[in-house]
Amino acid sequence: MFYRETGQYKTSYAADMALFPIRQDRIGMMLILIVAFVVIPLTMSNFVLSAVMIPILIFSLAAIGLNLLTGYTGLISLGTAGFMGVGAYATYKLTTWFPGANIVLLILLSGFAAAAVGALFGLPSLRIKGFYLAVATLAAQFFLSWCFVRVPWLVNYNVSNAIEVPTRTMLDVPVTGPNATPVVRYLVVLTIVVFMTWIASNIVRGRIGRSWMAVRDMDIAAELIGIRLYRTKLLAFAVSSFYCGVAGALMVFLWLGAAEADSFNINQSFIILFMVIIGGLGSLIGSFFGAAFIWGLPIVLRAAPEFFGVAVKSATVEHIQFMVVGALIIFFLIVEPHGLARLWQIGKQKLRMWPFPY
Amino acid sequence: MDLLYKIFIDPFVQMGGAPDLLIQTLWEGLVSGVLYALIALGFVLIFKASGVFNFAQGIMVVFAALTLVGLHAKGVPAFLALALTIVVMLVLAVGVERLMLRPLVNQPDIILFMATFGLTYFLIGLGEIIFGGEPKVMITNELFLPKGAIEWKVFGGFVSFQKLDIAAAIIASAMVAMLAVFFQRTRIGRALRAVADSHKAALSVGISLEQIWVIVWFAAGIVALATGIMWGARSDVSFALQILALKALPVLILGGFTSIPGAIVGGIIIGIGEKLGEFYWGPLLGSGIESWLAYMIALVFLLFRPQGLFGERIIERI
Repeated sequence: MFYRETGQYKTSYAADMALFPIRQDRIGMMLILIVAFVVIPLTMSNFVLSAVMIPILIFSLAAIGLNLLTGYTGLISLGTAGFMGVGAYATYKLTTWFPGANIVLLILLSGFAAAAVGALFGLPSLRIKGFYLAVATLAAQFFLSWCFVRVPWLVNYNVSNAIEVPTRTMLDVPVTGPNATPVVRYLVVLTIVVFMTWIASNIVRGRIGRSWMAVRDMDIAAELIGIRLYRTKLLAFAVSSFYCGVAGALMVFLWLGAAEADSFNINQSFIILFMVIIGGLGSLIGSFFGAAFIWGLPIVLRAAPEFFGVAVKSATVEHIQFMVVGALIIFFLIVEPHGLARLWQIGKQKLRMWPFPY
Repeated sequence: MDLLYKIFIDPFVQMGGAPDLLIQTLWEGLVSGVLYALIALGFVLIFKASGVFNFAQGIMVVFAALTLVGLHAKGVPAFLALALTIVVMLVLAVGVERLMLRPLVNQPDIILFMATFGLTYFLIGLGEIIFGGEPKVMITNELFLPKGAIEWKVFGGFVSFQKLDIAAAIIASAMVAMLAVFFQRTRIGRALRAVADSHKAALSVGISLEQIWVIVWFAAGIVALATGIMWGARSDVSFALQILALKALPVLILGGFTSIPGAIVGGIIIGIGEKLGEFYWGPLLGSGIESWLAYMIALVFLLFRPQGLFGERIIERI
């Protein structure tokens, strides 16, 4: 009743192929974008912006990247953080080489470096799949982590062995570095994330995305209908790593402000895989849900004892947090193995049918 | 030219020049290989019988060792503590089966894989709350594990064998032999293999999946305990041991996910390869190559034999 497409006729192919063919979706998306671009920067404090909103957006982008690979193409990767690191370090090198260039452009360009590395480490996927492949991608993770620590060239031979983000401006407003305000950083991140999500949604609806899904569902059948497996899989690795690379660059330049090799360790890869699974495999909106859930949960858990007036030591809180996160992950997998995106689907269906139960 | 010399000639000259060092390195590699193999064994057991890729094996090692040390610290005699730890691992196995595996039956592999991640987080939190995060010393004396080293004079130098390492190697081989017999010869072992082949077919001939899962997780728990004692005796018992689980993964690739002998041979190859690489080629690349060398060995290997050394040919050609 609230969400019904009755009476909305499509009269052209363009309308049929639109990203949001249903009017309610279009209105909803406009509302979400207005809230994200206008209401949130105006109302939320700097702390919330830089500690909650920016990380969620950045992790969403990384989760989308991994989702393209794991959810859409069915190739499990545990090297996400490594590819994010490649993006970050590539951006750093680019800012050193081209001090005058637009930082957003450099961040997007660094994605290509990550894509190249990703395609290289995707090569084993031509021979193996499943868990064997997952373990093989760990090679990427460990090798890249090692490079970040051991190759001083990557950090311009500085003493701290870390990326120190230089100040870069756009239209005379500082975007990166210590002088950039959270609002500006938030808006830049949001713009990039929205733009890349839009691209991703078009990729997965189009020929490329369909060939990925064909490979995921049954690779032999996909090969029989004329999809070239090696090309499709490597493309998936490249595009996925591109997204992860940009996310990594955003993470360092627009959120953390400085990064050591340890920011891109194996745990980061696992956390992003969590986001993808909890959010929903093969769903872009699920990536956002997953990122918000995994990032938001510890914040809520940390605030909870105070809220109820119980005094708990911070170390204990951290341990309980581990337990609760672990238990919740298992709980979620049992209750809804298809992730939060599935709940979203069910919710929409309920609204459509309302007031009838089905 | 100089680089080529350093890669292809210099290490071998060094090896020939100091054979005692070479033997020492090989021995170190062998021992760490055996210990990797022990962890890999835990993975293989569970993968073989339930198709679950159990990421929690590493934390199970830590948890078992912590329970043992923690109980002993509370004043429980060492061997009673050992027995109690085995009981704890049984409780853990039953709990995992009841609360995690049973509701998740018939889900895709990746979901089960993620669930073991959740289990890992849960056990990390639980372990830290109960036992605290600081490293502890393994009770080697109380368990009558040998100490000291045997020195062997050879090639004008000497090679030292830690008695503890020898014991580790013996215990590991004994465990593998027992498990192999268990899998091949006993009724339960046959049931385990049936479940590994097909859950549905096993159910239809009256094998209880629930029982099998408890047994297999319990067995993996005992392997974890043995691993924990050995690793704990070599270093401290701390949560850092959990990282070792990741070391076992290339071993699995090399040996195949479903093969017990594969886990052993793979472990030894990785252990020796890693130590040789670190010792002779490491200085060339800067140290720390241990962290990824094993994976690279495994990757190169995969290109030629995707199913591992002894793995079953279940991977179809792509």
